[in-house]
Amino acid sequence: MERRPARRPAADIGRHGVTFFRSRRRKGGRARLVTGFLAFLAFAHAALASPEFAETLERLGAAKSYEDRLLAARRLAESGHPNALAVLGDLLEGRLYTTRTDGRVVVAETAGEGYAIRDPATGEDLGRVGRRDVTRIGLNNQLRSSLRMLIAKLRLEDDNKSRRLAAIEEIGRSGDAEMIDVLAELAGREHDDKIKKAIETAIAVLRLDAEDAETRIAAIEAVSGNMSAHVRAKLTRLAGDDSLDAETREAAARALERIEAKAERYELLSTMFFGLSLGSVLVLAAIGLSVTFGIKGVINMAHGELIMLGAYTTYVVQQAFPSAIDYSLPIAIPAAFVVSGLVGIAIERGIVRFLYGRPLETLLATFGVSLILQQTVRTVFSPLNRSVTTPSWMSGSIEIVPGFALTLNRLYILAFSLVVFALLLLVLRYTRLGLEMRAVTQNRAMAKAMGIRSDRVDMLAFGLGAGIAGVAGVALSQLTNVGPNLGQAYIVDSFMVVVFGGVGNLWGTLVSGLGLGVVSKLLEPEVGAVLAKILVLVFLILFIQKRPSGLFPQKGRAAEG
Amino acid sequence: MIKNEKLKLIAAVAALVSAAAGSAQAQDTIKVGILHSLSGTMAISETTLKDTMLMLIEEQNKKGGVLGKKLEPVVVDPASDWPLFAEKARELLEVEKVAVVFGCWTSVSRKSVLPVFEELNGLLFYPVQYEGEESSKNVFYTGAAPNQQAIPAVDYLMNELGVERWVLAGTDYVYPRTTNRILETYLKSKGVADSDIMINYTPFGHSDWQSIIAEIKRFGSAGKKTAVVSTINGDANVPFYKELANQGISAEDIPVVAFSVGEEELSGIDTGPLVGHLAAWNYFMSLPTEENDEFIEKWHAFIGDSKRVTNDPMEAHYIGFNMWVKAVEKAGTTDPAAVQEAIIGVAVPNLSGGIATMMPNHHITKPVFIGEIQEDGQFEIVWETPGTVVGDAWSDYLPSSKDIMADWTPPLMCGNYNVKTGQCSGQKYE
Repeated sequence: MERRPARRPAADIGRHGVTFFRSRRRKGGRARLVTGFLAFLAFAHAALASPEFAETLERLGAAKSYEDRLLAARRLAESGHPNALAVLGDLLEGRLYTTRTDGRVVVAETAGEGYAIRDPATGEDLGRVGRRDVTRIGLNNQLRSSLRMLIAKLRLEDDNKSRRLAAIEEIGRSGDAEMIDVLAELAGREHDDKIKKAIETAIAVLRLDAEDAETRIAAIEAVSGNMSAHVRAKLTRLAGDDSLDAETREAAARALERIEAKAERYELLSTMFFGLSLGSVLVLAAIGLSVTFGIKGVINMAHGELIMLGAYTTYVVQQAFPSAIDYSLPIAIPAAFVVSGLVGIAIERGIVRFLYGRPLETLLATFGVSLILQQTVRTVFSPLNRSVTTPSWMSGSIEIVPGFALTLNRLYILAFSLVVFALLLLVLRYTRLGLEMRAVTQNRAMAKAMGIRSDRVDMLAFGLGAGIAGVAGVALSQLTNVGPNLGQAYIVDSFMVVVFGGVGNLWGTLVSGLGLGVVSKLLEPEVGAVLAKILVLVFLILFIQKRPSGLFPQKGRAAEG
Repeated sequence: MIKNEKLKLIAAVAALVSAAAGSAQAQDTIKVGILHSLSGTMAISETTLKDTMLMLIEEQNKKGGVLGKKLEPVVVDPASDWPLFAEKARELLEVEKVAVVFGCWTSVSRKSVLPVFEELNGLLFYPVQYEGEESSKNVFYTGAAPNQQAIPAVDYLMNELGVERWVLAGTDYVYPRTTNRILETYLKSKGVADSDIMINYTPFGHSDWQSIIAEIKRFGSAGKKTAVVSTINGDANVPFYKELANQGISAEDIPVVAFSVGEEELSGIDTGPLVGHLAAWNYFMSLPTEENDEFIEKWHAFIGDSKRVTNDPMEAHYIGFNMWVKAVEKAGTTDPAAVQEAIIGVAVPNLSGGIATMMPNHHITKPVFIGEIQEDGQFEIVWETPGTVVGDAWSDYLPSSKDIMADWTPPLMCGNYNVKTGQCSGQKYE
C-alpha cells in the first residue's frame, strides 16, 4: 500500500544543502557526490552570492507577465546554484515577494503583523517589514504546473525515494517527449525496483504521443492496465483521434475497455466506502443523542450546538498551539469531551431536570438553549467561519490498488466513530455508571428503590451524551465548516438516525446510521443528491408508520408502559 | 392580526402627518436604512456589509453630509428570516422614514422586500451578484448580473484554458438554477455538445461530496479539458474543495471557477486545498489601485483590525452609496422619485481604477476579473475584460426573456418591456 499525499502546492520542499547540491547535478553519478559536497563546502559562500543568480532573481522580480516569470524560473533551474531548488519551491508556495521600495526579491514568512524577510540566494536575514511593504510574486495555474515540472526535473536524483518517485510521476503526468531519454538514462542507474517500474511507466506514458505508430502501439500495450486519470485521458484522445491510423485507435480502444471494466468494479467498492463513511459521520453525530434520548426521552435540541462547541474547541486548541497542528486532534478530543460535557451538565442541571416528563417543554427549552449557544459563539468568535487546519496525516488518500483510493480523512473518521462506539458500549456494559444508566432507563422506580441516585445518573448520562457530541464535533471540524451553524446541519440527521434505529438502543443507532449512509450513497448517483435525501426521508416516514419504535425496539417494562 | 391592524393605523397616521408636513420636511438629518442580517445563517456575510455602510456614512458626514445635512444610519436586523425582511423594510420606510435603504443578500430576501418598496416607493440598493431576470423601478442592482460574472468566466475558461467539457454544479435554489440555465444555453450556442455538459444540484449545506467528486473525476477523464463552474452556496464550499483535494484533483487538472467564493469566505477556511482554483468577481482586494489601497486603509482603521478583508459586495455598496449621494446632490432632494430620475447616468469611480455608471435598466457598468486563489486567501488576477460590461437585467440566453428589456427613462419607463409585442407588463415579472 502506498500513501499518496494530496497534491497541494505546499509540497514538502526541504532546504538543506546536500539535497539541493545533489539534485542540481542532473547527469552526475552518485560517486561524484562526495567530491561535489566537499567542493560545495569550500566554495559555498562564493557560490551562494553568485552575481548571475542574483541577476536572474532580479529578472524574476521585475517580470510583468507569467511568461517572463517562467523564463526567469527556467534560468534559475538551469543555474546550478545550490539554492535554486529552494527558491523555486518558495516561488511555488508563494513565499517569494518583491520589496516595494527597491524591487528586491526576498523570501517572506509571516511574523506577527508583518513579514520576516531574508535573501533567497544567501539566506541572509533582512529583518522585518510591514504587510504592505512587499508584493507577492504572483502565480497562475500554468506557471504553477511548469514550476512543478522544473522542480521534478531537479529532483530526479533526489536522495529521498518518495521524492524521487513523486518527481518521476510528475514527469510522466505532464512531461514532454524530451524527457524520455533522461528517464531512460535514469532507469539504467536506478536500483530500487518500485522506482524502476515507475520510470518505465512514465516512459510508456510519454511515448503515447510518439509520432511512430509502432512505438505508440507498444506504449499502449504497456499502459493498458494503468488506472491513472491522465493515462485514461490520453487513451481516450488517441481512440477518438481520426487523424491516427486505425491500428492505434483500435489498440487504444481495447486498452480503454480493459480499464473501464476494472474501473467499474472499483466503483461499487468506492460507493460502499462512501456510504459507510457518510454513515459513520451520522453515527458519530447521533450516538450522543441516543444516550440523552434514552434517559426519559429527553429531546435535546441543543445537541447540534454541543457538536459545534466540540468543533470550536478544536479551533481553540489549534490557535493555542499553532506549531503543533499534527498533534492538535489528540489534544482536542479529550478537551472537546470535557467542554461539551460540562455545558451538557449545566443544561441538565439548569433547565432539563425541571422539565422531565414534559417532552414538549423540554423541546422548546433546549431549542432556546441552542439559539443562545449559537449567538454566544457568534458574539465571541464572530459570525464568520473559523479556519481549522487538517493535519498532514489526514490529508490526501491512500491507494489500496491502482485506481482505487480511499481518502484518508474519511478513513480515520470511520475508524474513529467505531472506536467511540466501542468505548461507549464498554462504558455502558462494564462500569458502574453504565449499569446504573441501564437500570434507570429500563425501570426508574425500581432502580430508585434499589438505592440508585437516579438524579445523579440523569446528570452524568446527559453529560456523557453531550461529551460524545463534543468529540463528534472534533471529527466534523475536519470535514465541514466550523461556524455557528454547524450544529443545525446535523441535528435533523441525528434525530433521523436515532428514531430509525430505535430509541435508546446503541446497536440500533450504529446499524441505522451506517444503513442510511449506504442507502443514500447508492441512491445518489442514480437520482441526484437532492432527490436521494427526499427519498430517504419518505422511506423513514413510511417505516415509522409501520414500526413506530424503530429497527430495534426497546424491550422491557419501561417500553411496555 | 392585531399587529397588522396597528401597522395599518400607524401607516395611516404617518401618511396624514407626512401629507400635512409636505415633502420638504425640516429635518436635521437624512436617515439611511441598513437592512442586513446580523444574526442567523446569513449573518456571516451580511454583518460586514452593515459595517461597510456605517463606515461610508461616517466618511460622508466628515465631509459635511449631504445637502448640508448629516446622515443618520438606521440599522435593523432581519435575522436571516425572509418574511422578517419585508416587515423590517416596512418599518424602515414607514416608521423611520428613511430616504434610502441599502440591504439584502439572498435573492429570496430581495423578492420578499420588493413589494414593500414598490408599494411605498422606497429606494433599495442591492449589492450582491444575482441571477438577473428582474428590474424594479425601486431597486438599484449594484452587484453583477449573470453577464457580468458567469458569462465572462465561461469565456475565459473556453478561450484561455481551452475547456471543452463542463460541469455546472450548484446548490439547489433560484440563483444557481437560473444561472446554470443561462450558461447551458450559452454553451450550446457555442457548439458544446449535450454530452459534454454535466449538471448537478445539491441541497443547502451539503457536506458529503464523495460520490459527486468521484463522478466529476470520471467525467473529467474523457480526454478533453474539463472545468467546473460552481454556483455552490457558501457553507457547502469548504467540504467540496477539501474533497476535491483529497481525491487528488488539483486546479491544474480540473479548475473550478466559483461565483460565490470571495475573500471573506476564504478568510474562514484552510486555503491549502483551494490554491489555483478560480473565482470571477468585479472586484478583488488584491487590485493594485490607489483607490483600493485607500479604501482598505479606511476599512482597517474603521473596523480596528488590519486582518479584515474587503470583498466584492463591499465595493458594490461603495459604488451604490456614492451614486446615491451624487444623485441626491444632483436632484437637490432625497425624494425617491427625484432621485430615481437623477441617478440614471450618474457615474462614480469604482475601486478598480475605472468608472461605474448607472444604466437606465438600474444595473451598473462593471469590469470583470478572474482571480486564482492563493495560499494567503487573496486572489491573483489572471484575466480581466478589456472594458466595463453593462449589466443585462434580462438575459439574452433564456428564451423567456430574450425579447425583454428594462428602461426606466421616459418614454418607456418599464422594467420588462417586450420588444416583440411592444407590451410592458408593469411591475409583474411573469
